[in-house]
Amino acid sequence: MRHLLDTRSLSRDAALEILDLAEDMAAVADRAVPKLPTLRGRSVANLFFEDSTRTRLSFEAAAKRLSADVMTFSAKGSSVSKGEGLKDTAQTIAAMGVDAVVIRHGASGAAQRLAESGWIDAAVVNAGDGTHEHPTQALLDAFTLRRARHGAASRGRDLSGLAVTIVGDILHSRVARSNVWLLHTLGARVRLVAPATLLPPGVAAWPVETETDLDAAIAARPDAIMMLRIQSERMRDAFFPHEREYARRWGLDDDRFARLGPDTMVMHPGPMNRGLEISAAAADSAGSLVLAQVTNGVAIRMAVLYLVLSGALELGATRGVAAAPAPTEAAREDVA
Amino acid sequence: MRTRTVLQQADIQRALTRIAHEIVEGDPASELVLLGIPTRGAVLAERLAGLIAGIEGAEAAWGALDVTMYRDDLSLQPTRTPSPTVVPPGGVDDRVVVLVDDVLYSGRTIRAALDALNDLGRPRAVRLAALVDRGHRELPIRADYVGKNLPSSRSERINVRLVEIDGADEIAIQDGAEGEGF
Repeated sequence: MRHLLDTRSLSRDAALEILDLAEDMAAVADRAVPKLPTLRGRSVANLFFEDSTRTRLSFEAAAKRLSADVMTFSAKGSSVSKGEGLKDTAQTIAAMGVDAVVIRHGASGAAQRLAESGWIDAAVVNAGDGTHEHPTQALLDAFTLRRARHGAASRGRDLSGLAVTIVGDILHSRVARSNVWLLHTLGARVRLVAPATLLPPGVAAWPVETETDLDAAIAARPDAIMMLRIQSERMRDAFFPHEREYARRWGLDDDRFARLGPDTMVMHPGPMNRGLEISAAAADSAGSLVLAQVTNGVAIRMAVLYLVLSGALELGATRGVAAAPAPTEAAREDVA
Repeated sequence: MRTRTVLQQADIQRALTRIAHEIVEGDPASELVLLGIPTRGAVLAERLAGLIAGIEGAEAAWGALDVTMYRDDLSLQPTRTPSPTVVPPGGVDDRVVVLVDDVLYSGRTIRAALDALNDLGRPRAVRLAALVDRGHRELPIRADYVGKNLPSSRSERINVRLVEIDGADEIAIQDGAEGEGF
């Protein structure tokens, strides 16, 4: 795999490879020494043009557990405030010698631009670009769902038959987009619930059902419900009259939470606006996977960094995932 | 390209039985943890555990130790997909770990395995069992238990086939027309 830019172009096999590899990476955390020497000597630059807590820390932790060197850049307090653009910033970092760039940027397509422009040679991992995609979040969500459903027998399995309802600000959500593509690829049925103003115009072409009434969606007893954050920083129009009205109609409050099945998995990509899109009781309940999502994020990002950073440079590799041919047994024999 | 079979099913069975006897001569079964290196080493570890159970009456703990993440050639080869590491419930601390692999060649796999083992715990001792030792060591590593010494040229390839994976037990030497891959 040369880059990870989106989940839309990720095949089922490539997605399962990442999820299975993350199972191995998660096992490392339970060992006496939770660290692998695999990426020793490789360096990873985290380029965060937008604020982030968990994604940045999670990528940092993942790189460190694989023994890579990490540089972290945040736009705040950098030369971006002096007007330096993406190209110059990226080339500056690349000139210091990095093997992979993890980028979060407010512009949709920023990661792809970086990967395809020829500005830098490093592998590019998209950590969220505008309202486009956030592939590692979707992968960690799929991993969390798979573990919650199949437990120790998760390896090699997809999410067929699972009904997942995603609620909230779909319009601005890169998490929702990445999840729609990935969950669909893995065989889950996805339903989106949002006020009509927060459903994207092209949603009819997505492989999902849509619904504007959360109560109806809850009555359908989904296996998992994923609440999205209301992204106040991207709300430049009046999408709904008032936050309280939003909470009343589309928030997972105590009453709605009580109507969910006892085994329903409750997810949220964080950061949570408690009392707005999710109540404290729902967020802290036994069925809540919010903290498992954070834990699993490190394993997923270890798997992704391993796949983009190990292996000889593949010439002619294409966008999305160009998986290297699996080593044949004969090849293994050769180095045995 | 010519292939000749050097060990057949009965030979492999005999070699493994002898290794099993040698292992329990050195250490009691209750203290042993057999860790096979995937893919075929893991199969051999399970077989050896079964043979030891037949000899001692008590089964030796066995598992799999994946060394992919510890290899020194990761940046020279296409991306490798690791196999799961399975450590038996008792762990490896203060046990005698026997690493099991099918072919011992450069020794680099075993070097990686020793590093991987180091991160799992602190065994009392580590020993090495290999079904085939083909020579050409690049590191100061030797096997404690060897099924068969097969002096070979670097251009040749040793193919180990096992029933569990390949449908038959057989070890063959294949002439390498194109010389050494790695």
